[in-house]
Amino acid sequence: MIGGIDIIALIATLMAASTPVLLAATGELIAEKSGVLNLGVEGMMIMGAVGGFAAAVATGNPVLGFVAGAFAGAALAMIFALLTQVFLSNQVATGLALTLFGLGLSALIGKGYEGIRPPPTAKLDFGPLSDIPGLGQIFFRHDWVVYLSLLLVAATWYFLRKTRGGLILRAVGENHDAAHALGYRVIAVRFAALAFGGAMAGLGGAYLSLVRVPQWTEGMTAGAGWIALAIVVFASWRAERVLIGAYLFGGITALQLQLQAAEYSIPVHLLSMAPYLITIIVLVILSAIHRHGVQAAPASLGRSFHASS
Amino acid sequence: MTGEDKLLRIEGLTKAYPGVVANDGVGFAVAPGEIHALLGENGAGKSTLVKMIYGLVKPDSGTMEFRGSPYMPPEPRAARAAGVAMVFQHFSLFEALNVAENVALGMENPPPIRQLAREIREISETYGLPLDPARLVGDLSAGERQRVEIVRCLLQDPKLLIMDEPTSVLTPQEVEILFHTLRKLAREGTAILYISHKLEEIRSLCDHATILRGGKVVGTCLPREKTARELAEMMVGTEFKSTDRSGRTLGETVLSVAGLSLPPMTQFGPALKDIRFDLRAGEVLGVGGVAGNGQEELLATLAGERVSAPSTVKLHGTDIAGLGPNARRAKGVLAAPEERLGHAAVPNMSLTENAILTGTVRKPLTRKGFVDLAAARSFAEDVIRAFDVRTPGPHVAARALSGGNLQKYVIGREVLQEPEVLIVNQPTWGVDAAAAAAIRQAILDLAAKGAAVIVISQDLDELMEIADSFAALNEGRMSAPVPTEGLTLEQIGLMLGGAHGMQEAAL
Amino acid sequence: MIQLIKRPTPSKAWAWATPIIAVFATMIAGGILFAALGKNPFEAIRVIFWDPLFGSNAAYFRGQLLVKAGPLILIAAGLAVGFRAGIWNIGAEGQYIIGAICGASLALSVYPSESAWLFPAMVIVGALGGWLWGMIPALLKVTFGTSEILVSLMLVYVAENLLAYMAFGPLKNPEGFGFPGSRNLQQYPSAHNPELIAGTGAHWGVAAAIVAIIATYILMHRHIAGFRIRVAGEAPRAARFAGVVPARLVVFCLGLSGALAGLAGLFEVAGPSGQITDSFNAGYGFTAIIVAFLGRLHPIGILLAGLLMALTYIGGDMAQLMLQLPAAAIQVFQGMLLFFLLGFDVLTNYRIRIGKAQAA
Repeated sequence: MIGGIDIIALIATLMAASTPVLLAATGELIAEKSGVLNLGVEGMMIMGAVGGFAAAVATGNPVLGFVAGAFAGAALAMIFALLTQVFLSNQVATGLALTLFGLGLSALIGKGYEGIRPPPTAKLDFGPLSDIPGLGQIFFRHDWVVYLSLLLVAATWYFLRKTRGGLILRAVGENHDAAHALGYRVIAVRFAALAFGGAMAGLGGAYLSLVRVPQWTEGMTAGAGWIALAIVVFASWRAERVLIGAYLFGGITALQLQLQAAEYSIPVHLLSMAPYLITIIVLVILSAIHRHGVQAAPASLGRSFHASS
Repeated sequence: MTGEDKLLRIEGLTKAYPGVVANDGVGFAVAPGEIHALLGENGAGKSTLVKMIYGLVKPDSGTMEFRGSPYMPPEPRAARAAGVAMVFQHFSLFEALNVAENVALGMENPPPIRQLAREIREISETYGLPLDPARLVGDLSAGERQRVEIVRCLLQDPKLLIMDEPTSVLTPQEVEILFHTLRKLAREGTAILYISHKLEEIRSLCDHATILRGGKVVGTCLPREKTARELAEMMVGTEFKSTDRSGRTLGETVLSVAGLSLPPMTQFGPALKDIRFDLRAGEVLGVGGVAGNGQEELLATLAGERVSAPSTVKLHGTDIAGLGPNARRAKGVLAAPEERLGHAAVPNMSLTENAILTGTVRKPLTRKGFVDLAAARSFAEDVIRAFDVRTPGPHVAARALSGGNLQKYVIGREVLQEPEVLIVNQPTWGVDAAAAAAIRQAILDLAAKGAAVIVISQDLDELMEIADSFAALNEGRMSAPVPTEGLTLEQIGLMLGGAHGMQEAAL
Repeated sequence: MIQLIKRPTPSKAWAWATPIIAVFATMIAGGILFAALGKNPFEAIRVIFWDPLFGSNAAYFRGQLLVKAGPLILIAAGLAVGFRAGIWNIGAEGQYIIGAICGASLALSVYPSESAWLFPAMVIVGALGGWLWGMIPALLKVTFGTSEILVSLMLVYVAENLLAYMAFGPLKNPEGFGFPGSRNLQQYPSAHNPELIAGTGAHWGVAAAIVAIIATYILMHRHIAGFRIRVAGEAPRAARFAGVVPARLVVFCLGLSGALAGLAGLFEVAGPSGQITDSFNAGYGFTAIIVAFLGRLHPIGILLAGLLMALTYIGGDMAQLMLQLPAAAIQVFQGMLLFFLLGFDVLTNYRIRIGKAQAA
């Protein structure tokens, strides 16, 4: 305990608190690596939150809830893919539209789900490991989704770095004209990347409504999707750094909540600003570092592709 | 010339785009081990033709036969599987990926990356094209990038190698290395389809030539038996009109640049290093060099898009290094950048609006800051008339014009503003011969009226034709200008390549 | 196979037709949505689009139209200038909140002043507040290259928390029996933004919106500065060639849109809303993004789009009352409108050809 804050509990909460943004940021990383900037993460997350919640309540099975959340996020992402890849709409505007639409649609679907508790998500049983003082609480007392999210980050890293699919994805994001000239199907690759991004955001959203809170309230993502976007920038488009970024922000959120609970004399609303302010500060520091250095963003990011030849 | 010994046979290939027939009943054949030239001006249909052979574009009608069986690749993958490889004019490379990754992307079933790196080293040494598989492509020179493309093709053991304008980015020494490689490949039985509009190259390299004009085959020949002039007339179809250089006297120094250094504009771009030269009234300074050695940076800096340290750029002895583009225009320093769509002109805006883009300072196109559309339209019409720009009118969007017409418009827009100093980059790149000749003449006429002109170009023939003095850009450094009279191609080559080029030439 | 062919010159006719097509497509898709919710789609569309203008209680609703359209148009007019230049201020909601907080703080700090200068001073302070909030992403973008999209958006959440803090803390009405929220400015004559013409709903904010439309029209379509802003959005390299300094453009665009959003917030808090509460902001800053695009980033278009969007708000309220249509349905409806617009917009620059496939 330091200043009324339980450090071990803080680190333990950190992992769970980070999971939604970690999932969403990993998905967005893949989308951006393919050269598409999808600003609709917030909308996809909240659709995942409401879709996952509704399915879990209807079936009584949280696993099906997560599956439904992923589908809901991916379905929304497909609208984005259709508009930006087929109808060549502006990616920034379409991403914003996706967020506004997702917030509205989720509120509509979520009517009648307010105030209900979802079926609980199982914690993994590590037996005696979870009884190790300190470490046990930090690492071995989480639900399965926390471990799944770590697994997915590792898989994403492996996919991008070590597989041919990952190489093609990066190539499409770097120079879609060259990739097209070599015969790669730019639009198909981007559809797939966007679907993955949407599913991951949906999964992250479902984790919010099924585990973190756990209940459904309108607008419950409260900017988590935008923070996920910021984390991708923070991570310089690298999977392993997404993990660091997400845990950093998760840590700040957890700390902020603990400070609120510890009843310091700082007003609640000012404390609630902290994650957003820190996001801005980190973005500024990063852009200052990268100003004259290596530009890590995929070169085709945000540009529309139309095969004219 | 019996049919059986041919590797590729094409008959009646036709491809139409809205408004143009790019290829009209094209037919020719290539034998194994033959270096076959496709000769034609810009817009003659060479690129469309090879894109059909490579599976990037589907023909409307016609047949192709490859190694004795019908051939119609639906996509490049199928073409590669059949044994056709292609090196693009604009490289299909990925700057942020390394050499080995780039090569792997061009292969169907690449081996593990470590083994691939070894193979790349081997093959690049066999053919005299040294490459480090681990380097980022963005850090390579244009010549090295081309090697990546070639090695990528060679690793697949192609039967037919298509090369689209391969020498446009190379120094004369690098061209020699390339030709050496190509001849070796041909001796080993690989057929090479060589696309170019450079006549001397084709005469020295190619066994056969098919000449395209306006999408049709207008002739075939053995290029070694023809003079460059004969080839040119087959290609263009009319007698050449030579430019008139007379009527120029050099006045006093107008622009002087000294100690001009600037960091790179982009991640993989070059820095400008201690550029210095003086430019006199009526002088045309030709700046040669391989693309990406600081041409764009030099133009941007002289035009005022980037400011440099005090006193590095002076006009009539007055420091203008800190002035922006419009302040420089007010003083008579004008420019026409290389990239027509997106830099010199806004693609989606009309010609009238594109006249406003640079014309408001020296022409009364605004009143108290408010745009005078009528004046702008009439200025645009003046440019269209004076430079014979083929367009329905000034209301047409810039992107609707052909390359040559837009280039005439862009150059005309600056010339009609009566500059004291004009800087142009690649004034005739991708422009048909007639338009190119008109643009060169306009530049000479402007100089004859006393303007100082800097022509940045990769086309050495063009520079020799119009420039009084010549300087070379290499990795952001510029050699001291020398008079063009009496300058030989070898000397120019050495200036262009610098020590760097010598080293590679020795290999 | 369907194929897109790029038009040589963008089609002016389609540029104006797409918003109208998008509205009709949204009505159809919205009708399907309402039907799925168990409502009669024709009745719902009538209640939303017809009754507020021509129905039995139209006199009241028509006034509401300007009340809602005023801030939307005022904010969208500023945003559109930036969007044209490729500068994405998506934090207008935050700038709106800060404008309101600043203006209200001034008024409440001198309570109960009777000075005739108070309201004009509030207007200036409100605009200044929005401008400053917009300057944060602008300066970060200019000095460090930080994404203005993310920063301006993050600042919305910061502003929302600041709003709640103000409503529960410093600005809480001392005579409010402990309820959160400030004094009501409607009962504070010198700070009140009144209805200018009875029954129309037109307050000073509506007047400001009209001025903003005229001013941005002149700027963007008559003045060389606006021309350069448009060039910057179309082709950044060409803009630099034409003498545009990107940093100044960022500061100008974010400053302008921030100030206009701040103004909108001030007029709202001093007028229709009356007080600072934690739920004072109604999402105008986000809806204005839809308005800006629906109006094709053109001032006249924005004027019409703002009125249309205000109509969907009022119609949505009516549908909620009369048909028990959930409030969120209107938000979905607005989102769909933007989707359809962005989708159909392809027709401005491309022709659709149905026929034989070309190589992909």
